[in-house]
Formats: sequence, C-alpha cells, structure tokens
Amino acid sequence: MSLQDKYKQLIDTANASGISNLQVREEGNVLHIDGEAPTGAAKDQLWEIYGQIDPDFRAGDLIMNVDVAASAGSKAKVTTDSTNLNVRKGPGTDQPIVGKAAHGEIVTLQSKTNDQWWLIKTDSGVEGYAYAQYLSPQ
Amino acid sequence: MKITKIFFAIFLSVSVLFFSCKPKDTDVQAKITEKFTASPELMGASATVADGVATLTGEVKDDAAKTQAETSAKEVKGVKSVVNNLTVTPPPPPPVAVNPDSALIQGVTDAIKDFPTVKAAVNNGEITLTGSIKRANLTKLMQTLNTLKPSKINNQLTIK
Repeated sequence: MSLQDKYKQLIDTANASGISNLQVREEGNVLHIDGEAPTGAAKDQLWEIYGQIDPDFRAGDLIMNVDVAASAGSKAKVTTDSTNLNVRKGPGTDQPIVGKAAHGEIVTLQSKTNDQWWLIKTDSGVEGYAYAQYLSPQ
Repeated sequence: MKITKIFFAIFLSVSVLFFSCKPKDTDVQAKITEKFTASPELMGASATVADGVATLTGEVKDDAAKTQAETSAKEVKGVKSVVNNLTVTPPPPPPVAVNPDSALIQGVTDAIKDFPTVKAAVNNGEITLTGSIKRANLTKLMQTLNTLKPSKINNQLTIK
C-alpha cells in the first residue's frame, strides 16, 4: 500500500479544509505534507486523523508540516501547561529572557520569524520572541 | 491582340495585389512562433497555420497559459481562427526541503527543552527520539518537530 493510500483520509481532509499552499510529496519512503491551515481547529483536525491512522506516530513515514496562518496584529493565546511563557530577546532558547506572558494570556502577533519562533507583544507592552508551540492563534 | 495583352497585364497585377494583401500562412506562423518564444509561459507551445487557421500544439503549465497562447495567436494579423490543442502539464512540485542538521539540532534542542525525559539525536536529516514522554504531551512535541523540516522522525519514545 502506498503512503498516499495509507494517509488518504488525511490528504482528503487537508484538501477539503482549505489548507493553502498544500503540497503532498513522497520522498525516501516518507510522505511530506506541507501547507498552511486557515485555523488552529483545521490543524488540530489533521493531527487527530494522523493519530488515528498512526497511533503514537511510530511509523516514521509522514512529516506533516502544517502551521496556522496568522497575520501580524492577530491575537494568540498562551497555551502552556500552567506556567508562564518566556519572552526572549531573540529566536532561540539561548537568548536572554526579556519578559513573561502568563498562562492563558492573549498576546498580539507581530511577525512569524519561522515556524518555531514568533515575535509577539504582550498587553503590558513587552515585545520579544516566544515559542510557537505554546501559542494558539485565535 | 494588344487589348488582350493589356487585359492580361491588368489581371496579373490585380491578382498579385490581392495575393500580397493576404498574409502568407508561413509568415503568420513565423509571427506566432516569435510571440511564443518571447514569452517564458508559452515556450512549450508551437503553431502551424493553414489557410489562416492556426493550430496550437505542445505543453504549457496551466490553463491561464493555454488561454494566453490562444489570445496571443488571435492577435496576429492573418489568423482567422485558432484550434487550441495545447495540453496542460503542471510542473513537478519542488523537492522536499530538508533542513541541515545544524538547524535541526538547534530546533530540536528548543523543542525538547520542556520535556526533560525526552532525548533526541539528529543524523543526516533524521530525528530519533528516545526516553519517555507523557501521552498528553506527545502530539504537541510531534507537531513542533514536524515543522522543523526533517527528512524523517523515528519515534522510539516510551509513552507513559
């Protein structure tokens, strides 16, 4: 069974949910799905399907690089487990911390440096880089 | 006799005039070809012209280019109609971009920082995860690692 067949439901859902710049390619027995989801919910849905097809993501045959479209000025919620989110001077954990964003706080997105680090501004006016894993675009 | 000659001369010159008014198929074809080669979108298209009917053949990358070729051919003087037999062949997608190991290591270090029980190794574009993780955190970690553009992720984590 080819990988495109194995992940057919995922590819079909990606097509149906309006993922922009969607690219589905197979290389070296790994299926690569790239694109930008219109909402966080659309991305979550894809990951849910991925988890159903490959429980615990053990197969090592899919790289799904789908991030959420979020433009400058849009809001994002801090979704850490419970702790504050570090706001750093530059994009990297080796960068000094310039402030914190509280768990559940809504921050303003300034720009996306890359898929991992976003430049944000908190309501208290602190501007810096935060780890995208803990930010959910609203 | 003389009159016949004159008539013949008139007939000849008139017919030459008529003939020269109508562009020759070969000239029309050359004009269209010239237009196609000048546009990067239409490089793959070619035209043959017979009795003012231009037949387009070849491959272009999308429907817009196909329409553009037709419009472009119609603009050439002497083209009565266009038969558009162009086929649309989308270009192959660009190859998968895999980040170099140095970028992956940096990204992986950031990603597992908050998961002290997770260990990760990067080799030749592949990320291998060992150690253990809570089930609730697995998807979150995998989502981040997937955005780092590795060639493959080997998940050998013990899930608690």
